[in-house]
Amino acid sequence: MAGRTLFDKIWESHLVHEEEGKPSLLYIDLHLVHEVTSPQAFEGLRITGREVRRPDLTFATMDHNVPTTDRSGPISDPISAKQIEALRQNCKDFGITLFGIKINNHSQGIVHVIGPELGLTKPGMTIVCGDSHTSTHGAFGALAFGIGTSEVEHVLATQCLRQNRPKVFEIRVEGERQYGVTAKDIILGIIGHIGTAGATGTVVEYRGEAIEALSMEERMTVCNMSIEGGARAGMIAPDQKTFEYVKGRQYAPKDLNYAKALEHWKTLHTDPDAIFDKSVTLDACKIAPQVSWGTNPGMVTDVTSKVPDPGDCEDPDERKSIEQALEYMDLKANTPITDISVDRVFIGSCTNSRMEDLLAVARLVKGRKVADGVNAMVVPGSQIVKRKAEEMDLHRVFTEAGFEWRESGCSMCLGMNPDILAPGERCASTSNRNFEGRQGKGGRTHLVSPIMAAAAALTGHFVDVRDWEIGKGI
Amino acid sequence: MEKLKRIAGKVAALDRMNVDTDQIIPKQFLKRIERTGFGEFLFFDWKYNDDGTLNEDFELNRTRYAGACVLLTRDNFGSGSSREHAPWAIREAGFRVILAPSFADIFYNNCFKNSILPIVISKDRTDELFRLVRENEGYSLEVDLAEKSVSGKGVEFSFEIDDFKRKVLLEGLDDISQTLELVDSIEKYEKLFTDERQWVVPDEREKP
Repeated sequence: MAGRTLFDKIWESHLVHEEEGKPSLLYIDLHLVHEVTSPQAFEGLRITGREVRRPDLTFATMDHNVPTTDRSGPISDPISAKQIEALRQNCKDFGITLFGIKINNHSQGIVHVIGPELGLTKPGMTIVCGDSHTSTHGAFGALAFGIGTSEVEHVLATQCLRQNRPKVFEIRVEGERQYGVTAKDIILGIIGHIGTAGATGTVVEYRGEAIEALSMEERMTVCNMSIEGGARAGMIAPDQKTFEYVKGRQYAPKDLNYAKALEHWKTLHTDPDAIFDKSVTLDACKIAPQVSWGTNPGMVTDVTSKVPDPGDCEDPDERKSIEQALEYMDLKANTPITDISVDRVFIGSCTNSRMEDLLAVARLVKGRKVADGVNAMVVPGSQIVKRKAEEMDLHRVFTEAGFEWRESGCSMCLGMNPDILAPGERCASTSNRNFEGRQGKGGRTHLVSPIMAAAAALTGHFVDVRDWEIGKGI
Repeated sequence: MEKLKRIAGKVAALDRMNVDTDQIIPKQFLKRIERTGFGEFLFFDWKYNDDGTLNEDFELNRTRYAGACVLLTRDNFGSGSSREHAPWAIREAGFRVILAPSFADIFYNNCFKNSILPIVISKDRTDELFRLVRENEGYSLEVDLAEKSVSGKGVEFSFEIDDFKRKVLLEGLDDISQTLELVDSIEKYEKLFTDERQWVVPDEREKP
C-alpha cells in the first residue's frame, strides 16, 4: 500500500459511512458559527423540529457585523442589531457557547482568530464554519473548510457532512525568505503563481523549508488564503511549534488527554512514499513583498514591478479581465507600483490581525507619523489580542503614530459594519480580498502584508519595505 | 427542495471571468435573517448607478434578457465568500441553470442545495454559446437533467454531472433526513470519543 498524505489520514479517520455512488459521510469535530451565515440554518432546525446534535462541539461568535467603535450602547443599525440578536437567541435556545459582544465578550473576536487562540483548533480535527476562510485552521494540521448555510444546518443537525473526496495538491516553498518578506507575501506569491482557480477541487498541503520555518500565526496567514487560490482547504503538518502553541490553552486537552492527543498528533504527517495528485514548487528567496493591483487576489505583483499592460496579454478573455480591473482600480498600465498613493490603510482581518502582525506594525511605526491625508486603522482580531496589545502599550504606539485603535471584528475586510471605503478611495489592506466593492462600493483595495501596509500609511504610497530599518525596540 | 428536471427558456450572457460572490450579492444585503428577499439585489453594484438609476451598460439589464432562466458566464464563477445568499439571489431572480467553463467549489455545492443546476462546459462551447446569444435575440436553451443534455438552435450537447448530485436535484432530496437515517453509524462513530479521541471534546465550556 502506498503511503498516505496528511489529508488522507485525517479524511480516513473521520469517515462515518461510505456507499458506492454517494458522497462520503464525514464526522465534524468542531463547528464554528457566526451571525451572518447561521440564522437561516437555525430557522431550518426550528421548522423541522430538529435539535443541535453536539452543542458541545459547536461554538459561536459575533464578528462580521459588529461595530469596532465603542460597543457599550445598542447597535445603531437596526438590521445588524436584529442579526446579532438572532445569534444570541439561537445560541441560548440550542445550548451553544457564544462569545458575543455582551455575553462572554472577553473572548469575542474573528472566528478564525479565536478558534486557535482558545485552543479549540487542534491537529487532526475536522473543522467547518459558514465562512470560506475556515481554511485558516489548517495551519494546525486540521482539515478545515468553509461551507454554505444549508451545510451549516446539516452539521448542526447531524454533526456530519456529505463530501466527495477532493484531490490533494502539494505546494512546496523551498529556501529562505528575504528580510521584509512575510507569510502574506508568500501566500500572495503562491496565488499569483497558480491563479485564483489554480487549486479548485483540491486540498492544499503547504510544505518545504520556508513553510516549516513559519511561526504558527504565520502559518495561519498562509492557510487562510488557500480559498483565494480556489482550494477548499489548506494544511500544514503539525510539528513541535504546533504542539507548544496548543498546550495550555483554555480548550486544549489537559494532562493525560494531552499526552494521548500528542501521541496521535505526531502521526499526522505525509508519509515519504505518499503521492500527491498535483505538485508545484516555489523558491522563497525569489518572493518579493507583494502588492495586488487588480480585482482578484491573483492580480498581484512585486512591489518593485509595474501595473501590467493588457496589451501584453494574448488570451482575449484575460486581456478583457485585466482591462476591466484597471478601469475599476483607476490605474494606468505600466505605472510603477511605488507610484500608487493610498487614502486609507486597514490593518486587520482573519488574515493579519494577530499579535505578531500588530507587533511587526508597531515596530515599524514607532516614533513615526501617518502621512497627511491618510486615514489608517488597526483592528485587532480578538479581545484577547486587544488586551495583550494594550498590556504591551502597542495601542499607544499606534495612536501616537496617527492610527485609530478599534474593537475586534472583521471590520473593513468586508465592510458589513460601518467601516467602509468611500467610492474612489484607495486602500492598502492586510485583508484577503480585493474584489470590486468588497470594502465599500467603488472602493479600491490593494492587498499587502502588515508591514507593507504600515509603510504605505507612513509615506502615503507603496514602498519597498525591504529598504526600511524595522526597529526591534518593542 | 423543489425538483429540477427540465428547464427551458431564455439565456442571459454575462461575459466576465472570476465573478465572485461579493458581486453576486454585495455584503450590505447579508444582514437579513431570512432565506428570501435577495433576488432584487442580485449583482446590485453592477446593476445600479450610484444615484440608484439602472446602469444601462450592465449586460443583464438589457431587455432582451428579461425573464431569462439560464445564465451563461465565464471561468471561476462564484469564487470568494461561501455566502449561500449568492445562490439564493440567483434563484430568486429566476435562474435555474448556470453554464460556465468552471465554478468555485463552495458556490458549486451551494447550488445543489437550492435547486440550481451548474453545468460545466468547455471553453469552445462557451465561446460558441456567447456567439449564438449575441446573434439571436431571445436565444433559448432546453436543459434536460435526466438525459444530461442541452439543446437549442444550432447546438446540442451532453454534459457530465455527479450521479448523486443529479439525483438530489431530480428528486428534490432533503439531505438532512437522508443523513439522519444513518444515525446508528453516527452514534457508533461518536463512541470513539469515549474510547480514544477524548481530546476532541472540550472538557468544559462557558455556559451557553
